[in-house]
This record gives sequence, structure tokens and C-alpha cells, in this order.
Amino acid sequence: MSGSIEAVSTRSRATSARLSRLPRLIRKYALAAVLWIFALGFIAPLVWMVSSSLKRNIDVFTVPMRWIPSPIQWANYAEVWLGDHSMLRYFGNSMLVTSVSVAGDLITSSMAGYAFALLSFRGRNKIFFIYLSTAIVPSQLLLVPRFMFFQQVGLYNTLWALILPGLFTLYGTFLLRQFFIATPTELAEAARLDGATEWQVFWRIYLPLARPMLAALGIIRFVGSWNDYETPLVMLSDDSRYTIPLGLTQFVDGDGGLSAGLAMAASVSSVLPILIVFLIFQRQFVAALAFTGLK
Amino acid sequence: MTNVIVKSAPAVVQRRPARSRRIPTRVGWLFIAPNLLGFLAFTLIPLVAGLAIAFTDWNVVSGLGAVHFVGLDNFAELLGDPLFWTSALRTAGYAGISVPGTMLLGLLLGLALNSDVPGRAALRAIFFIPHIVSSIAIGMVWLLLLGPENGPINRILQGLGVSSPPGWLVSEVWGLPSLVLIVTWSGVGYCAVIYVAALQSMPPSLHEAALLDGAGPFARFRTVTWRSLMPTTTFLGVTMLISHSQGFGLIAFLTQGGPGDSTTVLSYYMYEQGFQFYRFGYAAAIGIMSFLGVLVLSVVMWRFQRGRGLYT
Repeated sequence: MSGSIEAVSTRSRATSARLSRLPRLIRKYALAAVLWIFALGFIAPLVWMVSSSLKRNIDVFTVPMRWIPSPIQWANYAEVWLGDHSMLRYFGNSMLVTSVSVAGDLITSSMAGYAFALLSFRGRNKIFFIYLSTAIVPSQLLLVPRFMFFQQVGLYNTLWALILPGLFTLYGTFLLRQFFIATPTELAEAARLDGATEWQVFWRIYLPLARPMLAALGIIRFVGSWNDYETPLVMLSDDSRYTIPLGLTQFVDGDGGLSAGLAMAASVSSVLPILIVFLIFQRQFVAALAFTGLK
Repeated sequence: MTNVIVKSAPAVVQRRPARSRRIPTRVGWLFIAPNLLGFLAFTLIPLVAGLAIAFTDWNVVSGLGAVHFVGLDNFAELLGDPLFWTSALRTAGYAGISVPGTMLLGLLLGLALNSDVPGRAALRAIFFIPHIVSSIAIGMVWLLLLGPENGPINRILQGLGVSSPPGWLVSEVWGLPSLVLIVTWSGVGYCAVIYVAALQSMPPSLHEAALLDGAGPFARFRTVTWRSLMPTTTFLGVTMLISHSQGFGLIAFLTQGGPGDSTTVLSYYMYEQGFQFYRFGYAAAIGIMSFLGVLVLSVVMWRFQRGRGLYT
């Protein structure tokens, strides 16, 4: 399947090597062709979203389908960004919530992950076991008491109700603990012998080593926080505090009908930051997902 | 004389490699303190509170003074509530089809993307992108595409000679299958990426050995590839079972559990009881029941894979 195996099989059957090379090439390109056709069909809904975001409402549903809009309706974006339900405000709210909670999570998770992996203190394993055993509790079960809590302390309908629970995640703690366990300890031993404090060992030696993992966690959490719909739905009631996913629903009217061009322009706008981050940091993102899947 | 002994003793201790001796207990606690605080405030205490609320008839309107413990009443009511059972069944159907379906397609796609096809990186990105788009943006696109009257998909079906295409999201029959299709579409690339990573971390020597033993491609897949992917499959199975059985955003946005109650799964039923009817005790009871269901299934899956993997 992979290159090295093909090489082995070619060598082991030397006589048929020259004969089998041609069909193998054909097979390779046939597979590529099938995959590419499948991929184009697969991504078509999102291409259609982009195309429709630049159409007048009456052009969105014309048959046969037009992939290149004409006339191009840039006004959709102007309306979505500056109109009644301004995406500008939703964007600001989302940016604030996402950046503060993700930054907080990176700090608390790396500190705790480091302690759970490399420091020993009484109760460490018991605490970590309690952490892990809450991993499959449904988020909805936690949402009811959190809602009550925020209402009692007067933070209901504020961005704090979204930020505070995001400052700590089991996912981040677990990911960084796994990373630190797999990190060699020699440098730290040397630093400790030279009289470095635990904080210095963590801050100067281990945290820089964890940079790729922190980047990966940051991206995964950015996507998760940016796309979260359930928490704002429960915690916010005021349109001016809405984050992007909740703001998007404003482009659907009461009967479920919607102004198609505007809805698509809003959707494209909501996806763009995520898409840019993903395309730039694709490798770290995939590496982090792979890391969680393999450990 | 005594001075010398006192001075030399700590030096001996310091050279000892056992790290546990040297690190004071308090430092570890300081490191986890911020995280632990958040864990207590936003996970553990809410969890305990959630469990307690399930035994009350509390609703937010009557305030904290009106908390009545009602014992097992909520659970007794649940057991006699037909809508609870149909939502549980629907959740099982929804996750029971979307999870294996997504994983199977993801595995096939992963195998294809692991071979050296031209444009592999671009293909991988294309299949992965739906996974990073928010459920609401995805819901918006499919809401338009699946429109019963003038949605492009039904227009195409009509063009192909289907005289009365399904109503998709507004149909009692097609609502849940439509949601399964959408969620599968958005998750396939994620599974494929995880499978590709697992395939690439597989030691090639295993395959070479099987090849030398004269195993054909299918025998090699069955004896080597599939069995080394076992831990990955279990990981995906358990995590996706958890996320799909809690799936909320798409359903809440696209169908609100309807038409009728045809797409009311447990997560939506719980939301409806809690945040629309303010029956928080009942909602918490639903949450506990669905948690127990997922817990049992997850344990069964872990047990099943144990001893069947090729390594680890």
C-alpha cells in the first residue's frame, strides 16, 4: 500500500516487475481520478455556498444551476456586515470569547498537564482519575447547573458565561499531560541540579518544547469555541451579545424562510477565519488530531 | 565533627535520582490549582448538582426557595413517558447509523488517501474542511439545498425523472435520514485523517512479513491492517458515539425536533424540557439516563477491542 511495500513486492517478484509497473501506474491514476471526482462532489455544497453568497435572491435557485454568479452581488456582504444584524458585532463578541478562553486554557492546561505528568504530589493520581471519569458526561447535563449558577451570580446574558467555562478543559489538560509524559527528562534534571526552581524548569525548558502541541491545542480549541452554538443559545438572550453561530440564525426568519443570498454571505463570512487558520496551520492541526487518536 | 555530618547529609540526598523526593508536595498543587479551580467550578460541582437536581422538581421560575426533593419521581415518570422512549430509540438509530457509516467511509477514504495519489494533500484538505465549518453554517447550506420546493437537490431529482421527491427536512419520514446524511458528510474527513495517521504510524515490517508469507491484498488487510487499526477504530467509535449521541446544534437549528417529534433525539428532548418548559429536574433525569446509556456502550466497545489489536 505504501511506497516501501510496493518496492518490496517488486523486488520479491523480480520477473514480473517490468510487466506490473504499467498496470500499477494506471491503477494509481484511476484511483486519483475517482478520488478527485468524488472530492468535487463532496465539496460542491460549500462551493455552492460561496457562489450563492454573491447572487441576488432570485438567482440562487435558478435552474440549471449557475456556478458563476451574474450579476455579482457584493451588496450581500455589505448588508451582512453593516446592516441590522451586523456581523461586525457578532465577530467582535466571538473574537473576545475565543481569544480569552483559548489563551486561558493554554495556560491552565499546560501547567496542570505538566504537574500531572512530571511532578509528584499527594493525591495526583486520584485527582487525575476523577478528571478522566468526567470525560463522557454529556455537555447538556452540565449545562443545566451552569445555567442556574450564572443566573444566580448575575452573569447570565454576559460573555463571561461563555468565557469562564472555556478557561479550563479536560481535553487540553489530557493532551498536554500525554505530551509531557513523552518528553525526555534529562534537561530538567540538569536544570534542577543547577538550582532552577520548578517554575523556571517549566517555563524555560518544558513550555518551549511544548510549542507545537500548544499551537495545535490552540487551533483545535479556536475552532471549537468559534463554532460553539449550544452554550450561547442557553446563556445569551440579547442580540447585541450574540457570537457568530447564534448571530447566523438571525438570518433565518420565523417561518424558517430566509433571504438566501444574505444567509450564504453570512455563512461564508463565519467560515473564513476558521478556513484561513486551518489552511495556514493544517499540519499542526492534523498532527494534534493524530496525537489524540494514537495515544 | 557534627558539623561535617550535617553538611554532607543533604548532598547525598540531592544526588539521588528519585525525583519524587526532591519536589515538595505544594509545588504540584500550585501548578494544578488554576485548572482544578475551573474543573471544580464548571465540571465537578455542576455534575454533582446535576445529579441532585434530577431528584427535585425545581424550576428556575420559582427560585431557590422552592426546591422539593421528589425522590425517584422524575425517573418513574421517564419510564412511563413514550416520548422519552421514542427519543432514546431515535438517538440509537441516529448514532447507530451515522457513527459506523462515517467510520466505514472514513476508513475507505483513509486507505485511498494513504496511497500515493497525485494531489493527496489537497484532497485531504478538501475532505476535512466540512469538519471545521460550524454546524450552523453547514445547516444553512443544507437548509437551502434540501428545500422541498425549489431546493437544487430536488430540482435535480425532478430533472432525473423523480416525480415527487422527498420533503427532506420538513418530512416526518426523511427528516432523521437527512440529518444522518449531513452529519456523516461533515465527519468523514475527520475519520479519514485519523485513519491516515494510524496507517502511517504502522510498522511496514508487518506488511512485509505478511507479503513474504504469500498473503494476498485482502488477507493482508484482514490480518495486518485491520487488526493494527483496532485501537484507532475503538477510539473513533467511543469518541464519535459520545459526540453523535449528544449531537445538538444541527438538530436544534434545522428541525427543532420536528416535524411532529420525528427528529427529537434525547439531547434535544432534554434541551426542550429544561430550557423551554423549565422542567430542570426532569431534564437532568433525561441527561443521566442518556449518560448511562453511552457509558454502557463505551465500556462494551473497550471490552470488545481488548486483546484483538495486533499491538498495544
